Parts: sequence; structure tokens; C-alpha cells
Amino acid sequence: MHKESAIREPLILGHKTYHDITEDVCRSIEGKAPKAWYIMLGIAMLVGLYGVGCIVYLLGTGIGTWGLNKTVEWAWDITNFVWWVGIGHAGTLISAVLLLFRQRWRMAINRSAEAMTIFAVFMAGLFPLIHMGRLWVGYWVMPIPNQFGSLWVNFNSPLLWDVFAISTYLSVSLVFWYIGLIPDFATIRDRAKSPVAKKAYSILSFGWSGRAKHWNRFEIVSLVLAGLATPLVFSVHSIVSFDFATSVIPGWHTTIFPPYFVAGAVFSGFAMVQTLLLILRKGMKLEAYIHTRHVEYMNIVIMVTGSIVGVAYLTELFISWYSGVEYESYAFINRATGPYWWAYWSMMTCNVISPQLMWIRRLRRSLLFTFFISIVVNIGMWFERFVIIVTSIHRDYLPSAWSMFYPTWVDIGIFIGTLGLFFSFYLLFARYFPVLAISELKTILKISGESYKNGTAPGHSDHH
Amino acid sequence: MEFQISSKAKKTIFGAIAVGLISVIIGVVVHIDDEQFKTRILSNLLIDGFYFFAIALGALFFLALQYATETGWSVAIKRVVEGVASYVYVGIAVLLALFAFLTLTKGGYTEVDGHHLGHIYSWMDPQIVEHDTIIANKAPFLTKPFFWVVTALYFAVYILFYRGFRKRSLQEDVEGGTKIHYKNYVKGALFLVLFGYFSSTSSWHWLMSIDAHWFSTLFGWYVFGGMWCTSMTTIMLVLLYLKKHGYLQQVNDSHIHDVGKWIFATSFLWSYLFFSQFMLYWYANIPEEVIYFDFRIENYKFTYWAMFMVNFIVPMVVLMSREAKRNTGILAVVCLIILLGHWTDVYMLITPGTMGEFGCIGFIEVGFLLLFAGVFTFFILNTLTKAPLMPKNHPYLDESKHHEI
Repeated sequence: MHKESAIREPLILGHKTYHDITEDVCRSIEGKAPKAWYIMLGIAMLVGLYGVGCIVYLLGTGIGTWGLNKTVEWAWDITNFVWWVGIGHAGTLISAVLLLFRQRWRMAINRSAEAMTIFAVFMAGLFPLIHMGRLWVGYWVMPIPNQFGSLWVNFNSPLLWDVFAISTYLSVSLVFWYIGLIPDFATIRDRAKSPVAKKAYSILSFGWSGRAKHWNRFEIVSLVLAGLATPLVFSVHSIVSFDFATSVIPGWHTTIFPPYFVAGAVFSGFAMVQTLLLILRKGMKLEAYIHTRHVEYMNIVIMVTGSIVGVAYLTELFISWYSGVEYESYAFINRATGPYWWAYWSMMTCNVISPQLMWIRRLRRSLLFTFFISIVVNIGMWFERFVIIVTSIHRDYLPSAWSMFYPTWVDIGIFIGTLGLFFSFYLLFARYFPVLAISELKTILKISGESYKNGTAPGHSDHH
Repeated sequence: MEFQISSKAKKTIFGAIAVGLISVIIGVVVHIDDEQFKTRILSNLLIDGFYFFAIALGALFFLALQYATETGWSVAIKRVVEGVASYVYVGIAVLLALFAFLTLTKGGYTEVDGHHLGHIYSWMDPQIVEHDTIIANKAPFLTKPFFWVVTALYFAVYILFYRGFRKRSLQEDVEGGTKIHYKNYVKGALFLVLFGYFSSTSSWHWLMSIDAHWFSTLFGWYVFGGMWCTSMTTIMLVLLYLKKHGYLQQVNDSHIHDVGKWIFATSFLWSYLFFSQFMLYWYANIPEEVIYFDFRIENYKFTYWAMFMVNFIVPMVVLMSREAKRNTGILAVVCLIILLGHWTDVYMLITPGTMGEFGCIGFIEVGFLLLFAGVFTFFILNTLTKAPLMPKNHPYLDESKHHEI
């Protein structure tokens, strides 16, 4: 039998029964959506549509509509790509790595974090596809036998490894997320009143009956997927970092990149989870399940990964001097004092200094402050990628080739557009999907529920 | 039941030390006239001095990690972790003596026909630095005073924290309450912060500076990965020994399984870091970077690749299954292989830089390894006799006793 120490804070506040959990999660799916949801979805879709418009314009006109030039061949597009992939790290980390570490608090956040992951990876995948210029031949990145003569993928290129890494990650995350949803879809199906909803959730739940055999298979497949997903959490961002680190460009070519990118990805992913969950818990009245303690745990993760990222920045700075390679040193001096100094110092402030405030208990338990910092971190991590990419290449080995990068309205439009699409997906998810893992939460109710821990629960209240 | 070192264990340990000594003596007699003799002895002291110190330090890190993350399951094995960490005293003493010798002898040079050869730390030799602008430019980092200031700081911090954790751990047995627990929580977090910096910076000074021209940003984390892995492996071996002799009855299969998972995970971590560092330098193929690996592969091909393959593949294949992580026999064998594999890793970190192409594993290497291993084991077991093996009054003790996975 599992014991939980009395000094651990409860994970579910107040008195809840199994039935209450089902009610609390299903309420928003079964009831009418509030006006605010329609307004938010409307705005998000409009912004998304604008982004689609920009993409169409770009495809019709050409990559020249971006601010790229002969020296800066990668800029906003790849910055956005890495930023979105990074955000797409938290979900699988929460569901797989925290599962292995038996962190029960993850059960309140895993479902929505995984959804966020999947939508973020969708957004990430868009950028390299657009950057290749001809969206309709995007499938050429796959090693498919073809009749195009010598056209074949380059297995030596980390860009190709990226294709494999991200598509594998997306598939596993998607399957993992969906498998977890099946029992909860079945719960909604069983409660659904309208025939359309019943039919829809019936299809979604794959005929789940809740038999012991189903649960047995469910647990086996979850464990296997968790085992698969854990190395993927590391591999995806490591391989994204290889895109830069395998080159010989000062500022890109450094060995600390793989683990440091992984830490940075978890850092930004958790920040995005915070931003979304703080709104979600309020809007959907889930304060009993996602409360201060959960926020605090996530803030600690943000603080730790932020510190790892900070140590990596300092290590890079130090070794750039220690190596005695003048190009390497210049790359870093140029970052800090060159024309993009403001991007570098925004990155340093947002990523290194701001998470350190989380050492103060009062601040990391303050929801308003957390919301603020989560946005600061997201901005900081965007700047980090911008700094790494643009400042490293805008002044290359030949001073006559030095140039600057300025984003055009198409650059900005596509980025803003992905934000719109992302939030549209997320809002739809929040409306039609169970945002908490109903069946998982029920397993910790009696161990970590407040009323059960302090003995105030009325006897035999667990009617289902 | 208090733990006592059995006479059989004493015999084995002192036997190992004796065999080690004899082996070293044989090696000395055979090789005393070699040009690299002095370098070889010093290299060995650094290899074993660092290797065993790192195991203890890794255990100290793990202890702090358990406090800072409020982990429940590991309470039952806490005394064993403390025991392994207690070797920091000896480890520090050995390294201090060695560093002092190297400082006084210009990095441990050997004079052959008026030339300075075979340094451990060539940057400590003014005659070398004079003609080497690359090293000269690394001052003030690579200078004796700075080396000593930071090394003293690292050692002071490690000892201070070890003593604090140990004292509070024993105090908790008597006093109970949650005050000590929360203090450990704070101190654990503080230690992790300091260790986060020190583990990298110390490895630059102590190990990376052997190849004084070479640099890698990942180096510190790579060394840390190996350190953590060997610590978990050592903790496992001590646990298995104690359980086999009827101690620690409340440490069940699930605890063993969890330590096994840590060995599995840290082996992967180390392999991942090895691959990241190696692959990026190999792929970019910049001469001043890739020479580090080229040299090792050219002169130590078998040792180098065997080391990587063993450290990566053995734990991955064998410890993948749940049953293996609960089987004493399999675990003991795998743990010993991992310990030897990671000793070879430390050997490969040091020897090619100090001995050039002349490094080899012979009587001297095996002898020193046995000698240090004997002292290390005795010291750990001796610490274990000093306190009850099962802590009392820890707020998560009940969670740990009921641990089942």
C-alpha cells in the first residue's frame, strides 16, 4: 500500500468524491461555452487566418518576402521553429519523465500539457516546410523511392535527422496522449445526452468498456510508450541543437548544445504550460485540482532548468575566452556588445535573472507573479534562439559580407499567425476534450486528497 | 542491529590492499628506468585519487538531491549514501597531497637531457608556458594561485556540506520533528547550486587542463555524468552486500529496483554526453578540437572504444528488464563491470594527456586500483558501523518503508 507522509501538501483540495471529479471535468464539455470562449476563439482564429494569408502570400511570391539576405539565411523562421519545438517539450516530459519519477502532481497537468505539446509541434513543423519554399513538395524530405533522378535525401545532414526526430516525437506524443484520452472519452460518451455527441465520443473512445482486460492492456501500452517517449524528449532537442552545433560557425559549434537545448526546451515548455494552465484553471473552475502547490512545483522546474541554461550560457562565455579562438571570442563579444546587444541582454534578463526570483517562496506561490514570469520566460526563450541564430551569422568570417537582419511584415505575420492557430487548437481542445485526466486523478484521490489526508471526509462518501 | 565489519570482509579488504601493494612494487621494479616512470605514477595517483573521490562526491550530490526534491523512497538507503559520501575526506586528502606535489614540481615534470617532459599539468611549468602563447593566454585561469584558491574553496564546501548533512542526519534520529528536515531541504538546494558550478569548473582545472590546449563546453557535464553513474553503482554494491549479510531488512526489492533504475538512467546520461561531445567534434573536424579524439583513437583504439561500448551497452542491455534490476547476482556482476568501465573512462581522460602514446594498463595501474579500492571500501564500511543503518524520525521514513513499485 502506498503511504503519503502527513507533511506533504494535498494534491486535491477540499472534499471531492470520485463522482465530483467526473462532474468537474465534464461540466465544461457538457454545458454551454461561456461568451469569453467564443470571443477568444474568434480572435485566435482571425489571427491564425492572417498568418495563413501571410503564408499564402509568401508561397505565391517567394522567400524574398522575408527579411533574409545573403549573409543571414536563417532568422525568424528557424527561431520560431526552435521556439515552438522547445515549447513542445513539456508535455511529454510531464507525462513520461515525471511518470518515471512517480510525481503524482503531474496528473493534474499532463493532459493539457500534452495537448499543448502536439499543437506546438504542428506549429514548429510549419516553418522548415515553408522555408523550403515549395510547400507542396515537402514530402521530399522523406527518403521515399522516387523517379526524380539523383534526388535523394542526405543522411549526413542533421536537418534530415531532425525530420526523423520530430516526426517520431510527434507520432509517439500523439499516440501517448490519445491512449490516455480513451477511458475519459468513454466516460463522456456514457454521460452524453445528445445522439450526435454520443456517437462522436463513442467513435473517439474506440469502444472502451472499462473491462479489466482493457485496463490491463491500457497500462501495458502506457508503460511502453512512456519508455519510448523518455529518450525522445532528449533526442528531439539534441538533434535540433545539432542543426547548429555540427557546423563550424562560431557561436553554434559547441559541445554543450545538446543538453543545454534540452534544458532550455523544458524551461520554455513549462513556462507555456504555466501561462495556459493559469488561465484554464480559472476559466474552467479547476482550482481544487491545479492549485498553488502545482504551480509551485512547475516554478521550481522552471527555476532549475533556467539555472541550467544560465550555467550553460556562462560556460559558453568562459570557454569562448579559454579556447583562445578569436572568432569564438568575437562571436560572444558581438552578441553582448554588437548591434544586437538588446536581444542578448533581453535574453539574459528574461532567462537567467527572472527565474532566480523563484527562490523566494512567496513569489513562486503567487499566481499573478507566476503568470507574469511565464510570459517573460517565453519572450526570453524566443530571444535566445534569435540571438543564437542571427547574431552568430550576421557577422561571418568576411567583414565585407557582414549585414543585418530586419524582419518584414511577412516574417512577423507568420509568427503571429502561428500563435493564433496554436491558441485556436488549444481553445477547441479545452472545450471538447477532458482537460484533466479523469481516470488518473481518481487513483490519487484517496492518497492525496485533502479531506482524506486530514480525516475530514465523511465516511463512505465514495459513491461513483 | 548495528553493522560490524566481519573478519572475513576485513581479510578480503586487506588482502586486496596487499595484492595491490605487491603489484605496484612489481611494477615499480620493472619500470623504474622508464622515461615515463614518474609521470606514470603521478598519473595513477590522479586517476585513482579522482575516480574514488568522484564516487564519494557523486553520493554527496545524490544525498543533497534527495533532500532538495523531497524524495521519500530513498530514506531507507540514506545511511548507505552517507557512507559512500564519507570517503570525501580521504579523497580530498589524496588530491591535496598530489596537487601540492605537482605545484611544487612544476606540474610534475621529468627532466630528460635537459628537456622538461611528461607533465601532468604542463601549464604549471614556466618553461613550457614561456614558449606557448596558447597556454600563456589562458592565465589567469591556468595559474597556480587561482587553481589553489578555487580548489581550496571546492574542498571546503564539500567537507562542510558533508559534515552538516551527516550531523543533522544523526541528530534527527534523536530529536525527531520536522525542523531538521526543512533545514536539510534548504541546505540540499544550496548544495546543488554550488555543485552545479563547481562540478564543471573543477573538472576544467583538474582534468581538462591536462590537455592544456584543448577545450570543450560539455566537458564538465560529461565528467559529472560518469561521477553520478559510478556513485549509484557503488551505492548498489554496498546495499547488496549489506542485504546479503542480513542487514537492512526493510530495504526491499523495490528500493533495489529504484537504485537499479538510477544506474540504468545515469549510464544512458553518460553515454548521451559522451556521444554529444564526441560526435560534434568528430563531425565538424576542426583540427584543434578533434585532435583530442584522434589521438585517443589512434593510440588507445581498443581501450577507448571498449570503454564506451561497455559503459553504454552493458547497462542498457542487461538492466533493461525489471527482473534484472531485482536480481542480486546479475546486479553485482553488472555493477562491477560498470565500475571498471568508468575507471577506464577516467584513465582515458588522464593518461593520453600525461603519458602521450606510452600509456598502458599493467601492474602499476592494477595495483593502484586495488590499493585505492581496498582503502575506499574499508573507509565506507567503517562509516557504516558508526550509526544505525536505518534512520529514525525522518518524515518520509514511513513512505520508504512502504515503498512498493
